[in-house]
Amino acid sequence: MYTQTEIIKDTTINGSEGELVINVGPQHPATHGVLHLVITLNGETIKKIEPHLGYIHRSIEKMCESLTYRQFIYVTSRMDYLSSHINNEACALCVEKGLQIEVPARAKVIRVLMGELTRIASHELWLGAMAMDLGAFTPFFYTFREREMINEIMEDTCGARLTMNYMVAGGVAMDLHPDFQRKVKLFVTQFKKRVPEFDDLITNNIIFQNRMKGVGVLSGEDAISYGCTGPVARGSGVSSDIRKLYPYDGYDAVAFDEVLETAGDSYARYLVRLREMHQSIRIIEQLIDAIPEGDFQAKTKAVLKLPKGEFYTRVETARGELGVYIVSEGGTTPYRIKFRSPGFSNLSALHHMAKGSKIGDLMATMGTLDLVIPDIDR
Amino acid sequence: MSHEKAINDLKIKSSMFSLEGITSSLHQWLYATLSPTFALLAECVIVILLAIALFAALGLVLVLMERKVAAHIQIRLGPNRVGPGGMFQTVADTLKLIMKEGLTPDKADKFLFNLAPFIVMIVAMLLLAPIAFAKGFQIWDINIGVLYLSAISSLSVIGILMAGWASNNKYSLLGAMRSGAQIVSYELSAGLAILSIVVLSGSLQISDIIAAQENGWWLFKGHIPVIISFVIFIIAVTAETNRAPFDLAEAESELTAGFHTEYSGMRFALFFLAEYINIFIVCAIGATLFLGGWMPLHIGHWEGFNHIMDYIPSSIWFFGKTIFLIFLIMWFRWTFPRLRVDQLLNLEWKYLLPISMLNLILVTIIAIFGWHF
Repeated sequence: MYTQTEIIKDTTINGSEGELVINVGPQHPATHGVLHLVITLNGETIKKIEPHLGYIHRSIEKMCESLTYRQFIYVTSRMDYLSSHINNEACALCVEKGLQIEVPARAKVIRVLMGELTRIASHELWLGAMAMDLGAFTPFFYTFREREMINEIMEDTCGARLTMNYMVAGGVAMDLHPDFQRKVKLFVTQFKKRVPEFDDLITNNIIFQNRMKGVGVLSGEDAISYGCTGPVARGSGVSSDIRKLYPYDGYDAVAFDEVLETAGDSYARYLVRLREMHQSIRIIEQLIDAIPEGDFQAKTKAVLKLPKGEFYTRVETARGELGVYIVSEGGTTPYRIKFRSPGFSNLSALHHMAKGSKIGDLMATMGTLDLVIPDIDR
Repeated sequence: MSHEKAINDLKIKSSMFSLEGITSSLHQWLYATLSPTFALLAECVIVILLAIALFAALGLVLVLMERKVAAHIQIRLGPNRVGPGGMFQTVADTLKLIMKEGLTPDKADKFLFNLAPFIVMIVAMLLLAPIAFAKGFQIWDINIGVLYLSAISSLSVIGILMAGWASNNKYSLLGAMRSGAQIVSYELSAGLAILSIVVLSGSLQISDIIAAQENGWWLFKGHIPVIISFVIFIIAVTAETNRAPFDLAEAESELTAGFHTEYSGMRFALFFLAEYINIFIVCAIGATLFLGGWMPLHIGHWEGFNHIMDYIPSSIWFFGKTIFLIFLIMWFRWTFPRLRVDQLLNLEWKYLLPISMLNLILVTIIAIFGWHF
């Protein structure tokens, strides 16, 4: 037990002379989950940020070791729950790589379509949550209006809205809903019509621009050395889109641009995500009328056994590069699984980005990192 | 003049709707039946009861209005379960808050902690005194009314600082410090904006200022400088009442709830209520100074139009204008993101203060040469 004077003297609790140590989290409105940041302040200026993890650690990697290759895919929905579909895709791809299964063309297109819808849904939620971090509540409701349409499409297709569990090794679990194309087309037209609202409400707002420009700057070299991927790296001008660099599931067959911004500040990251949604819409528009006929799933054995060896695949989730690394001993369950999650690396750059700025800037920077805590803390 | 004739007609025709008739007859009746001391005492009691009733009514109406406005802006319905259209939602909320335990943190300075919400509340109550709610319906028509308003309104920062300091919570302290810096800074430009109207009217008395707007509100009479003053006033009072985009003192995403993080139950409700009462009061001041208070809309020599406008009771004019300004402030809150603390102070000291000083000089020139309409 501490006595009162010991607490006052302990610099990890109260900081040294002229410092104030505050705990942002594990319960705090801006951390969007159970992230715990210990922040050392001088007045309102941040001197040090120390993330403490482990509040939502569920040993997903260890759990996967006791599940078969058909089962473990679905545990990964609970890592980055906002792009659960893409997580599942990464695992399915890794198993397919090990078993050398050829995925039917229809399944590939379905995967890409669902992946891009997931990406839009994730970015929509990020947009709302980030605006909320900046003190604007209203955009949240507008982004959720759009996201709701995607969730309905997901519900029609596979019965679930958030953790879809739609992927199986060799394709997708079931065929598309007959109404799928009509609903997606409706969503695309609605989305295009409503994007100017976001520009009016957020992008062109002078307060918003002042809060974002020149804040939380991350240079390209720093982005590489911290291992940042996804929109965070692309906001700093580092080309890191796995869909372009290492195409999977037929991303090389569709035309889209990798969105790059060079400023490296919060506004650049914001613009990257906003324009990425348009690129996703572009991909969906190309594919929605060109879904090939045929099987939605390759024929696979009832019990999957990966050959002895090591397998690694990577995909581009809404937050960046997700790597799946499987070590197999030839059995029905993996010997070891490691996930390389984008959020963990992106969070590690937070101290570098927010040091020396104000508390309000920390929230803005954290918002543009798009942290999903269960993804950081598996 | 036919215009004065119209006013006289109004006095006769709409006396049954006017609150002035009720108050003056009540005043005469009290002084006729009781000795002057007891009459004054009775009037005080009536005023106190009315003020408390007004407080409760305003709290209920404004909180519901805020939620409805927010819901409309955010494409939702808002409260619609308790009573018709959710009318009694705030009553239910108040009941809940009354029944909640009012926690005092262990290490808090208990005296100051418990005193702070009452200081904020009392300041809000004191501000009601010189406001003219309708023609002849004013608690205290003091000859330094505007000075009184700006002096008393700056006292509420003491309550906020007290709350932040006594809570023994780092978030509360940060919120209170922000609030202190903010209110003290924005007091300046709000004061200068008010001064421009004082210069034009040549009086600090609220009734004189309203009377000066008989043939047109200052916002329309005073050319561009008064419009600039009005904009500065609205920005400054939004900051003074700690409303978004200047809600740094209780910035939810940064400081959880700022200075009232540790408050619960009815003490929290007092802060919450005081916020809405303060909004009402600053909007009432804005409506009185710039939009003519209870004075109906009169346009130059449009006799017929002015005559029709005179039929609308003065209390409706006053509350209509005030609620319009309150709506503006609510609209800001649900549209704009929050400023950062240094941007907030830059806005005041680098832009608003110099602009309002120059503007005051312009207004003074207009007033001296009589260039206003």
